Amino acid sequence: MEETERPEILQLTDIKFSYRSGDFHLNIPNLTVLTGEKVAVIGPSGSGKTTLLSLAAGILTPKKGNVTIDGQVINAKGDKSRRDYRISNIGFIFQDFGLIDYLDIRDNILHPYRITKALKLDAEVKDRARLLADQIGIGNKLRRHPADLSHGERQRVAICRALLHKPKLILADEATGNLDPDNKIHILDLLFQTVQEQKATILAVTHDQELLTHFDRVINFRDFLSGGQDEK
Amino acid sequence: MKNSLYLAYRYLSFNKIRSLVLISCITIIAVLPLALETLLNESERQLALRAEESPLLIGAKGSALDLVMNSLYFSDEIPETITMAAAEQVMDSDLAMPIPLYIRFQARNFPIVGTSLDYFDFRELELAQGTMFTSLGQCVIGSDVAEKLGLKEGDYIVSSPENLFDIAGVYPLKMKISGVLVASSSADDRAVFVDVMTAWVIHGLGHGHKDVTQTTDGSVILKKDKGNVTANAKLMQYAEITEENIDSFHLHGDPATFPLTAVLAIPYDKKSSTILQGRYLNKDTIYQIVRPKEVVDTLMATIFKIRNVLDAVIVLVGSATLLALVLVFSLSLRLREGEIDVIFKIGCSRATTARLLGAEIFIIILVSGVICLGLISVIVQFDQELVRSLFI
Repeated sequence: MEETERPEILQLTDIKFSYRSGDFHLNIPNLTVLTGEKVAVIGPSGSGKTTLLSLAAGILTPKKGNVTIDGQVINAKGDKSRRDYRISNIGFIFQDFGLIDYLDIRDNILHPYRITKALKLDAEVKDRARLLADQIGIGNKLRRHPADLSHGERQRVAICRALLHKPKLILADEATGNLDPDNKIHILDLLFQTVQEQKATILAVTHDQELLTHFDRVINFRDFLSGGQDEK
Repeated sequence: MKNSLYLAYRYLSFNKIRSLVLISCITIIAVLPLALETLLNESERQLALRAEESPLLIGAKGSALDLVMNSLYFSDEIPETITMAAAEQVMDSDLAMPIPLYIRFQARNFPIVGTSLDYFDFRELELAQGTMFTSLGQCVIGSDVAEKLGLKEGDYIVSSPENLFDIAGVYPLKMKISGVLVASSSADDRAVFVDVMTAWVIHGLGHGHKDVTQTTDGSVILKKDKGNVTANAKLMQYAEITEENIDSFHLHGDPATFPLTAVLAIPYDKKSSTILQGRYLNKDTIYQIVRPKEVVDTLMATIFKIRNVLDAVIVLVGSATLLALVLVFSLSLRLREGEIDVIFKIGCSRATTARLLGAEIFIIILVSGVICLGLISVIVQFDQELVRSLFI
């Protein structure tokens, strides 16, 4: 992969962050993710991996430094702009899937379109949702509810929801943490394949050493905090 | 807003039982005071109107309320009886027009009102079909009786025995319906009117049977003297008064001693009214004279006090229920923290989250409101019947 030819999609520069309680401090001198890269973030519990995702998504803002996505400084934007940018350009995949139990699969996939004006729900989006669901292998389960699906199927739904609006950046927080070993690899391959088709970038937090070989690059958060980046 | 309502609808329809409980609670809180208010207002209106139209009532000493409720609204509580002499006494006084009332029996659960034709003029009751009763054994029925029993002029209705197990009791009388009254939205709609003499026949004070002096059936005769014939129980009394047997009907005793439950007295003027009331103030008299409006006003004052207590109870219960609903919503919010966190991370604003929850509350209140309106409409539609069956 010719990394030098690809532009940066995410850049964190001179980040200093701490929670209000003051018992956690995170310093990130520099972190860069290139467009189309599949990057894993590993590190001990409590080292700030999820905080990194929240900073990258604009959910949290640093006390110092800048978070830049596709050339736009996210933390310089106001709350509403950050939210609109996030829901339009970033896809989230959660460990516990984050599906809404009272919505069927189709409505779960379309859910982001129903909670913001930044995305417009029209017939084209609905068609795309159906196609994406077919592609991911849950096309025949659109009228079911999450409780009726297996863990693997639920994570497929979550991936479908995260990718429907064609985000530039996918943030995955232990996306395979609740899956059995066979399903883990399968879902990850499916995710990578779909992300590649959509020319998106993925930044995934994981504890699972077995999956690291599937990523382009691995950032060890401990090493990172000590000043360097550990690459595959 | 469309999307918020859609998601709210999905949430509520997924949690059906919870939603139904919430809707039921809010509906009950809203309907209960409104329904009570509607019914009490209607009962107040019905009671007051009828009482205002009835100047004076003479009956046996005892409960004035029972006397008024029986005479004006034909309630089941039967007051002590007086005699026809009371009506004659009023007539002789030249102070008021007496209308006898004997309200004791029933026909198919509707009260039989024994009275005179003056009653219909006084109440301004008009016929929808047929004529007023013109002879013994005929009756005029109210509009509700006709509608509910599917009866019309020329049909028959049979009086109900007071006690099925009383072998010596009164025989049921088959009465011919001579006319049906126009609906008046009063107790008159639910009554069977007969001449007071017919009511006495039902009582057993008058009857008709074969002429025992002419009969050739020896098994009927118990003893036969010169001018005196004694019949045994085989002598069949007529259960229907027809043109053929009407002449055989007769009363035993002096009609002045026959029972009435009340006399409705219509004074000719205010002065006559005052004088007439004065005549019944004597401690020795066996009668009481009451102004129905005063009795009903006293009753309404009591109802008003009860209503205030009920209102206070409803407010307390309503407040407690509302607090419980707030608790349910806040617990529901805690249960949905995960969901709220997810949609916030995806990019949903706090305002949108609040709008989603607001939409759920809106739908619950809207559905409760629609059910409430429907129930109140039904209650308003049938308030007269409900008041009569529940209160009067």
